[in-house]
Amino acid sequence: MRYAMVIDTKKCVGCSDCVVACQTENNVPIGYCRDWITERVEGAYPNLELELRSERCNHCENAPCVRCCPTGASHIIEGGIVLVTPDECIGCGACIESCPYDARYQHPEGYVDKCTFCHHRLEKGQLPACVSVCPTKCMYFGDLDNPNSEVSQLLKARKHKTLAPEAGTKPHVYYLI
Amino acid sequence: MEEELFTSGRNLPNIDPSLQIWHWPISVYLFLGGLAAGLLFFAAVFTVIKKEEETPATVKYAVMIAPIALVLGLLALFYDLTHKIYFWQLYTTVRIESPMSWGAWVLLIITPLSMLWVFSYWKEVFPKMDLKFGFLKKFQAFVVKNRMNMAYVLIPLSVVLGIYTGILLSAFNARPLWNNAILGPLFLVSGLSTAAATIILFSKSKSERSLFSKIDIALIVIELALIVHMIMGYWAGSEVQLEAMQLLTNGEFTVMFFVFVVILGLLLPGLLEILELKGYKVPVVVPAILILIGGLVFRFVMVEAGQLTRYLY
Repeated sequence: MRYAMVIDTKKCVGCSDCVVACQTENNVPIGYCRDWITERVEGAYPNLELELRSERCNHCENAPCVRCCPTGASHIIEGGIVLVTPDECIGCGACIESCPYDARYQHPEGYVDKCTFCHHRLEKGQLPACVSVCPTKCMYFGDLDNPNSEVSQLLKARKHKTLAPEAGTKPHVYYLI
Repeated sequence: MEEELFTSGRNLPNIDPSLQIWHWPISVYLFLGGLAAGLLFFAAVFTVIKKEEETPATVKYAVMIAPIALVLGLLALFYDLTHKIYFWQLYTTVRIESPMSWGAWVLLIITPLSMLWVFSYWKEVFPKMDLKFGFLKKFQAFVVKNRMNMAYVLIPLSVVLGIYTGILLSAFNARPLWNNAILGPLFLVSGLSTAAATIILFSKSKSERSLFSKIDIALIVIELALIVHMIMGYWAGSEVQLEAMQLLTNGEFTVMFFVFVVILGLLLPGLLEILELKGYKVPVVVPAILILIGGLVFRFVMVEAGQLTRYLY
């Protein structure tokens, strides 16, 4: 089992529905977010290219946040999901410093918080909140170890990338380009 | 012409637009930790080579700063934690890959050890203060007897502590300014240099002062060489490292780095120490204090500037 998310940048319109769905589902405090939209404009006017992508924790295979955590609060569970145990987190900030994606934040209660791939929903057989609400259906979620899953098929068929692969983190959120 | 634009849709205090998770207590701790490591290292080394008589400030007086620095440093670290009541979780596990775990365990051993070291010289440093209780006297005799053993333990531990203050930063690949392996040795040498300066401030013996001036000059030369190597490392690096380097060479931190760290913190005190050894009248307090300030500013620059650097994607 290796969970992965595939996001089609050609279909994303940057509506931020995924952001709001996540905040509602996970009771994210006001002023914070576990996922966000990045807008990247490239080129020289008038030949501009726009890329929209919904970003979050990449649930890296080689997760620097897990390696640098001094207490083991940051850990990887079955399916490759990176989680934080609030009662083991001392709020030292090392994991935040270690993340090339700045995907973590300090919760107002002190511990470090981040995307969980909606682990609690997966247990019930549901999709992550962000994936389930996307109005353009640009997000896909599934098991990379299963060659017949939707995500495996998409990655086989389409050109794709991960973010900052040079950081050596082996991210598991893929972007179709 | 190539134009590029990023728009972030986030609103995370402390992260947007740039990371601000580690504040001044971390810089202060890195300074105090390096200073304590240096003081304990010199005290232990001069005990092992049996030169205690010639270097009283090193083994008895200046080293009193070490436990104070460590306790203040630990308080600073604790102050910067945001989930403070769970700090004990540090001591429920050993995480080989986490520099902070190494640091937590080393500090747990070296802090009481530094106190015991100071206690072992209590009678000589404070001859008028009588240890009222018999068991304290017995305990002191025990500590004095084991001073050499403590020295053997302190040498490797103080080196680990000194290097750890740098590796704590260099282990973060996500912050290109920090992700430079030379930071470990650089912070160690800088810590030793601030310790040598502190010993010079405490020493009343001319021979001890000139010995530590010589040691300090050597450390300054090594530190300058390591800084050159650090810059060369960025210079030969990837785009993100080049951008990180520019913060130090032609950016926000250039004045702080070159004026306060390199010139006022290393070159000038080095020059003053050389002049003093040649017989010119230079109050030794001046270079010593310049080195201490330079060491502190260096840590502020590295902690603050490092958090501004990141991967581009």
